[in-house]
Amino acid sequence: MTRWLLFIPLAVTLAMGVLFWIGLGKEDKDALPSPLVGQPFPSFEAKALLSGEAISAASLPAKPMLVNVWATWCPTCKAEHAFLNQLAKQGITIVGINYKDDDAKAREWLKAYGDPYDFNISDPDGKLGLELGVYGAPETFLVDSQGTIRGKHIGDLNTRVWQKLQPQFEAMK
Amino acid sequence: MVPEFGQMALIVALVLAGLQTVIPLVGVQARREWLMAYARPLATGQAVFLMASLLALTYAFVVDDFSVAYVAANSNSQLPTPYKVSAVWGAHEGSLLLWVTMLGWWGLAVAWFSRSLPLDMVARVLSIMGMVSVGFILFTVQTSNPFERHLPTAPMDGADLNPLLQDFGLIVHPPTLYMGYVGLSVVFAFALAALMGGRLDAAWARWSRPWTTAAWIFLTMGIALGSWWAYYELGWGGWWFWDPVENASLMPWLVATALMHSLAVTEKRGLFKSWTVLLAIFAFSLSLLGTFLVRSGVLTSVHAFASDPERGVFILALLGICVCGSLLLYAIKAPTVASVGRYEWVSRESFLLMNNLVLLVSAFAILLGTLYPLVIDFMGLGKLSVGAAWFNTMFVPLSVLLALIIGMGSMSRWKSDGLSRLGNELRWAFLAALVLAVAAPFIANGEWNWQVVMGLGVAFWLVAATLVDLWKKSRGRLKRIPTLGMSYMGMIIAHLGVAVSIIGVTMVSNYSLETSVKIAPGESAVLGNYRFEFAEFGHIEGPNFTSDATRFNVWRDEKLMEVLTAEKRRYNVSGQVMTEAAIDVSLLRDVYISMGEPLADGAWGMRLQVKPYMRWVWLGAIFMCIGGGLAVMDKRYRARQTRKVALSNEAVA
Repeated sequence: MTRWLLFIPLAVTLAMGVLFWIGLGKEDKDALPSPLVGQPFPSFEAKALLSGEAISAASLPAKPMLVNVWATWCPTCKAEHAFLNQLAKQGITIVGINYKDDDAKAREWLKAYGDPYDFNISDPDGKLGLELGVYGAPETFLVDSQGTIRGKHIGDLNTRVWQKLQPQFEAMK
Repeated sequence: MVPEFGQMALIVALVLAGLQTVIPLVGVQARREWLMAYARPLATGQAVFLMASLLALTYAFVVDDFSVAYVAANSNSQLPTPYKVSAVWGAHEGSLLLWVTMLGWWGLAVAWFSRSLPLDMVARVLSIMGMVSVGFILFTVQTSNPFERHLPTAPMDGADLNPLLQDFGLIVHPPTLYMGYVGLSVVFAFALAALMGGRLDAAWARWSRPWTTAAWIFLTMGIALGSWWAYYELGWGGWWFWDPVENASLMPWLVATALMHSLAVTEKRGLFKSWTVLLAIFAFSLSLLGTFLVRSGVLTSVHAFASDPERGVFILALLGICVCGSLLLYAIKAPTVASVGRYEWVSRESFLLMNNLVLLVSAFAILLGTLYPLVIDFMGLGKLSVGAAWFNTMFVPLSVLLALIIGMGSMSRWKSDGLSRLGNELRWAFLAALVLAVAAPFIANGEWNWQVVMGLGVAFWLVAATLVDLWKKSRGRLKRIPTLGMSYMGMIIAHLGVAVSIIGVTMVSNYSLETSVKIAPGESAVLGNYRFEFAEFGHIEGPNFTSDATRFNVWRDEKLMEVLTAEKRRYNVSGQVMTEAAIDVSLLRDVYISMGEPLADGAWGMRLQVKPYMRWVWLGAIFMCIGGGLAVMDKRYRARQTRKVALSNEAVA
């Protein structure tokens, strides 16, 4: 038998290895396309977490913002919280969606770790989360001043991720 | 103190694994028996220290030591103790520790049960297993240390185990599956050792067979348990989703199945040697690939672990060294072990080769479907996911083909057989299967469609052909059946298991009834000849959750059949909501109720399902495992006359 045939499995494996190597390097690998990008923020009726006022999509501020889905039960949310505080200090508007959580616990959390949010939408049953196609917390949406969703990031926000998102965020201004 | 002890034990195990890699191999090269003899005690020591490490982590969970970061992230003081134990492997770090510990156990098993092997073979096999251990223990220590502390401020209480995982299924499914994955490392080590020694003979195949079968049994059981768990725990009644992680377990299973069969040819006829080695490499490589896909975050999946690029790079490097190294060795050494021996186009060898090809093509189709989204993304063509449709289109016809081949293959003779002889033996089986399959939908009172006829047809064919074979071999005497040997009985039972699973899959995919209704207490919904009466609504207090519960009276033909309680649980600590489906199980059908969302006026959205022959899908897997178990227990594997085996094989060839 021609001996080079025996090297085919090795060659195929190497090709696959290259593919994985590139796959690993991709930053946005967990981002399946969100069908919501380019769509207006879904309409909702809910209560604000702290004030208890009724709020709806009309309550969203008329400027570019981050909409951050979080919960006290989510360890990664705790990890990203410090960075959100930092972003808020830089003057970035962040609206929170407190997802499938207990209001009292969420309030305690904000008291304990600081509150980077303009306001928080309380979403105890995950209804709004469902509309937004949330897989799990944390997730962050980029929403422009007209209330149109421009992008989505799954997983925690940190310096590295923000370097990538910031240009897009600036462009929305 | 105990977590530090666990970490120390892990590092000691790493050192022992390193010594296990080097010393025996040096012994082989230098032909020093006393160096080779270190392989067994080192493997034993490694297993003991890995076990100690795993126990230390388990202890940290049981005593709620939340100063350990991994415990804090995955457990809680309110968690019932059995779940504290299963939480050990509830996330990446701990499950990896379990993985390496099992690798240690397999090494231990090889060390203990290899008395009949020549010492240089044992030395090579254990050295290769040591190499794999070094890689994975290093991976654990470097990137995924489960013993890391949260100091100086330890949390008062833990974040809780994912409620999805608070279930009997999680206690048993991952360990079983890992045993299977990791078990394939034994055959892999045997194959490489044989390549290195240039000794790919019948004796090597005979040693490898029971190990392959043992790993395959665990893999089969693990996959079936996973499917069963998803079915009752996830609340939507599905049992196979073609999720990348499920695929990651199915691919090595398919290749291991092919390997079991090609090992039979290598042992009995001295053929397919190079092919068998390649399959052994593929089977273990695919189980490593599964580990990579699940733990690197390259693919999106419902049950992948948290992604971490550092881990991804490490494990990719491991995968690369392991797979490329072995394939290189294969490419260099395989020509020296070419098979001798002839067989005709129609022969048992041919059928087994076809079986191998079909299984391998199936595995390849799944690999393609799993990696396709990655390739598309890489080429910048956008992001997509490959749905169940692709896998079904590929998998269904291949399974049909496979079932047809099994029927003829197990009946056929080695070396040379005739199509007309096989036709004579099997034509009644074929006709009976055909008639029964066409009639079956009428008997089952279901809609007639060709998928059902096809699915049931191949299953009946498999049963009929297997029984004809049993009849011929026992010459019609039941008393003779036990004398046919455990391996043969194992094969018969496993093949019947395939038929049972095919029947289950066919029936449940075609004849399931389901409906989503809005229903209030006192009202009824009708599905087929079942009536579901919403009897009452209430609350249940669990140890670490509270739940909304709905009680249904299920009437069949207006006779009260069962009272079922479906729940929606809210876990206290995490606040997560989980659906607990209520399932009435029976051999011919499952009745499945799961709760949806609360609607106005006390009504609930409910999902009601009747799933015929659901149990058969898993029953078939149980048959396959029993069959495998019988084959492993066959006494000829325990015989010590290895030299005789090798000689008799030369005579055959």
